[in-house]
Amino acid sequence: MLPVIWFCIVAVMIAMYVVLDGFDLGAGIVHLGVARNEEERRMVLRSIGPVWDGNEVWLLAGGGALYFAFPALYASSFSGFYLPLMIVLWLLILRGISVEFRGHIDNRVWKPLWDVVFCFSSALLAIFFGAALGNVVRGVPLDASGDFFLPLWTNFQPGPQPGILDWYTILTGVFAFLTLTLHGALWVNLKTEGAIQARAQAVARVAWMAVAALTVIVTIVSFQIQPHLATSFANLPIGYIFPALALAGLAGMFIFLRQGAEAKAFYASCAYILGMLTSVVFGVFPNVLPANSDPALSLTIHNASAPEYGLRIGLMWFTPGIILAATYTIFLYRKFAGKVQLDAAGH
Amino acid sequence: MESALAIHRLHFAFTITFHYIFVQLTLGLALLIFILKTMALKTGDERYNNAARFWAKIFAINFALGVVTGIPMEFQFGTNWSRFSKAAGGVIGHTLGMEGLYSFFLESSFLGLFLFGEKILGRIGHWLSGAAVWIGSWLSAYLIVATNAWMQRPTGYTLGPDGQILLSNWWALVFNEWAFWQYLHTLAGAVVTGTFVMAGVGAFYLLLKKQEEMGRLFVRLGVTVGFIAAVLVAFPTGDQQGMLVAKHQPVTLAAMEGHFETGERAPLAILGQPDIEQRRLDNPLLLPGVLSFITHKRWDAEVKGLDAFPREDWPDNIPLLYYGFHIMVGLGTIFIAVMALSALQLWRGKLYTFKPLLWALLILMPLPYVANTAGWMTTELGRQPWVIYGLMRTVEGSSPHVSSGNALFTLLGFMGIYSLLFMLGLFMIWREIEKGPSAETHTGY
Repeated sequence: MLPVIWFCIVAVMIAMYVVLDGFDLGAGIVHLGVARNEEERRMVLRSIGPVWDGNEVWLLAGGGALYFAFPALYASSFSGFYLPLMIVLWLLILRGISVEFRGHIDNRVWKPLWDVVFCFSSALLAIFFGAALGNVVRGVPLDASGDFFLPLWTNFQPGPQPGILDWYTILTGVFAFLTLTLHGALWVNLKTEGAIQARAQAVARVAWMAVAALTVIVTIVSFQIQPHLATSFANLPIGYIFPALALAGLAGMFIFLRQGAEAKAFYASCAYILGMLTSVVFGVFPNVLPANSDPALSLTIHNASAPEYGLRIGLMWFTPGIILAATYTIFLYRKFAGKVQLDAAGH
Repeated sequence: MESALAIHRLHFAFTITFHYIFVQLTLGLALLIFILKTMALKTGDERYNNAARFWAKIFAINFALGVVTGIPMEFQFGTNWSRFSKAAGGVIGHTLGMEGLYSFFLESSFLGLFLFGEKILGRIGHWLSGAAVWIGSWLSAYLIVATNAWMQRPTGYTLGPDGQILLSNWWALVFNEWAFWQYLHTLAGAVVTGTFVMAGVGAFYLLLKKQEEMGRLFVRLGVTVGFIAAVLVAFPTGDQQGMLVAKHQPVTLAAMEGHFETGERAPLAILGQPDIEQRRLDNPLLLPGVLSFITHKRWDAEVKGLDAFPREDWPDNIPLLYYGFHIMVGLGTIFIAVMALSALQLWRGKLYTFKPLLWALLILMPLPYVANTAGWMTTELGRQPWVIYGLMRTVEGSSPHVSSGNALFTLLGFMGIYSLLFMLGLFMIWREIEKGPSAETHTGY
C-alpha cells in the first residue's frame, strides 16, 4: 500500500510541476510572438517573475520525493536518460538567467538577446519534457540489473533499440510544446489587457485546434505503442475519469475562450493537463518505467521502491511539509493576483 | 572504467564547487540583510532600508545563479552516481526531499515577495519575508550538511541482503552529531564570506570617497558580524569538527596533517610537503605535541599515523587533501587577525579613515571563497576512498553505463556554461556596486 501512496504523491508533485511551471514555460514560448514592445514584454515577465522560481521548486521537490521513495527508478532513469537530462539542465540554466538578468541593463541589444534566449529555451524544454514522457510510455531497453543507456536517437523507430528521439517521442514532444503554448497563451490572456491580450487569445484559438487534433492522434498512437495502457483501463474502468477530466478541460477551454472568461479558460487548461498526465500515469501503473524488451524486466512500484520503514516515516514529514508548501504557494499567488501592474519607474 | 570514475568525480567536484560560490554568499547575505531589516524596523532609520534594498539586488543576482547551478546537483546523484543512489537513495533521499519541501518553497515564495512586494506587504510583512528567506536558506543548508554528514559518518541504517542500505532510524540521520558541528562550522564560514563581501564593498566606497555614509554602515556591520563569525569558525566549531574527524576518520586526520608515523606527542605541521613515496613530510615546520593536544586535549596523547592503516584505506589524493586543509586553516587565521584588528579600530572610531585596514578588507574579499572551497575539499577528499564512509567505496558508486566520453562531454559543457554565468554574474554585480546604494534605481522585470 505504501508504494502506491508514494506513487500517487510523486505523480501529483510532477503534475503540479507541469501545470505550474507549464504556464511560465508557455509564456516563454509565446513571449516573442504576443509581446511586441518593451512594455508588453515586461508584462509577460512580470506576470511570471515572482512565481517561476517557486514553480520550478515543484520539480525539485517531486524529484526529491522520487529519490527517496523509488531510489532504483531514480538511479536507472537518470543515468539512462543522461544526455537529454544534461541538455535539460543547460536549458533550465539559460532560461533562469534570461528571466533574472534581462531587467538589469536597459539597452537595445541586451533585452532582445535575453528575450530570444528565454523564448527558445522555453520551447525546447517543452519539447524535451514531452519527449521524456513519450519515452516512459514507450518503455526503454532495461537490462537485468534495471539499467539502460539511451543514445539521443538511433533510426527514429520505437523498436527494440530506440533512441530518446524517435517518431513517437518527437510527436509527444510536439504535443507537449503545443499544449504548453496554449497553456501559456491562456496565462497571458489572464494576466494582461489590451493588444497583447488580444494576440494571446488569437494564439490560444489556433493552438487549441492543434491540441485537440493531437489529443486524438497521440492517444490512438500511444495505445498501439504501449499495449499495457489498454489493459489498465480494461481492468479498472474507473480510470476513465482521468481522460474524462482531460476532455472536460479541452471542451472548457474552447467554451470559456469564446465567452471571454479568462480565469475559467486557464483553469480548464490546468484540468486538461492534469487529466492527460493522470491518464498516462494510470495507464502505465503499476510500472514506473516499462521495459520495451522484456516486460518482466520493467521497473514497477514494487521492485523500485524503498523499504517500508522509510516510506512510512517519509509520510510523517511529507504531510506537514506539503501543507506548508501549498500554503506558501496559495499566499504568493493571492498576493500577485489580478492583472499585471507595471511600476511607472524602472525598466 | 578507471578514467570514467575520475571524470564523474571531477564532474561533481566542479559543479558543486561552482554552485557553492553562490551558496556561501546567499547564506551570509541572508543573515546580514535580515539584520539590516531588523535595524530599520527598530530604529525607523531609512538608511538601513536603503542598505537592505541595495544588498537585496546583489542577493537576487547571486541567488538566481545559486538556483540554476543547484538544480544540476540533485540531478547528478542519479545521472552520474546511479549505483550510489540505488543503494543509499532510500536514506539520503529523506534529507534531500525535506530540503525541497521545507526550505525551497519557503525561500522561493518569500524571496519573490521580498524583492517585489515591499509596497504590498508593509514594514512588518516585508521584515517577515526577509526572515523567511533567511530561515529557508539556513534550513536548506542544514539538510544538505546532514546529507553530507551521513556520508561522512553513516548512522541509523541496517544493511539489506542485496547490499541495499536501509534506513532504520530517521532521527539518527537527521540529528547526526557530525551534522551539528559541520553545520555550525559551514555556516560560520559562509557568514565570513558574506561579511568580507559587505565590509569589502564598504571599504571600496570609503577609499573611493563615494557613497561614504553607506560605506561606513557596510564596514561597521561587516566587521562586527565578521569578527564573531571568524572566531566561531575556529572555536568551537572547527575544533569540534577536528575532534570528530580524529574519532571517526583517524586515517583522514593523519592524511590531512601529513602524519605518517604513529606516535605520542604528535606534532602539528605548519608547513611542509607530503611525500607519499618516502612516507614523510618534506621540509617540515612542526609544533611538537600540538596535534595530540588538539585532537585529544593531552600533549602526550598517541595519534595514529598513516602507517597504522592499510594502504587501500588511505585517502587517494593526500597532497591535495593536505594543502586544502592547510590553506583553510591558514586563511582562517588571517581572517581572525584582520577582523580583530578592524574591530579594534572600529571600537576606537578610527577604522573609517585607516587606509591600510580598508585596503586589507578590500583585497581580502575573494579569500573567504578560497577558504570555504578548501574546507569542502578537505571534507570530500578526506572521505575518500569512500563515497559513504566505511560502507561504499567511491569506485562502486558511479553510473555503470555512462561512458567516460559522455561524462567528459557534459563536464566540458558545464565548464563552458558556467564560465559564461560567472562573467555575467560578476559583470552585473559590479554594475550594482558601481551604481551604488543611494541611486534611485529599480531592478525588476
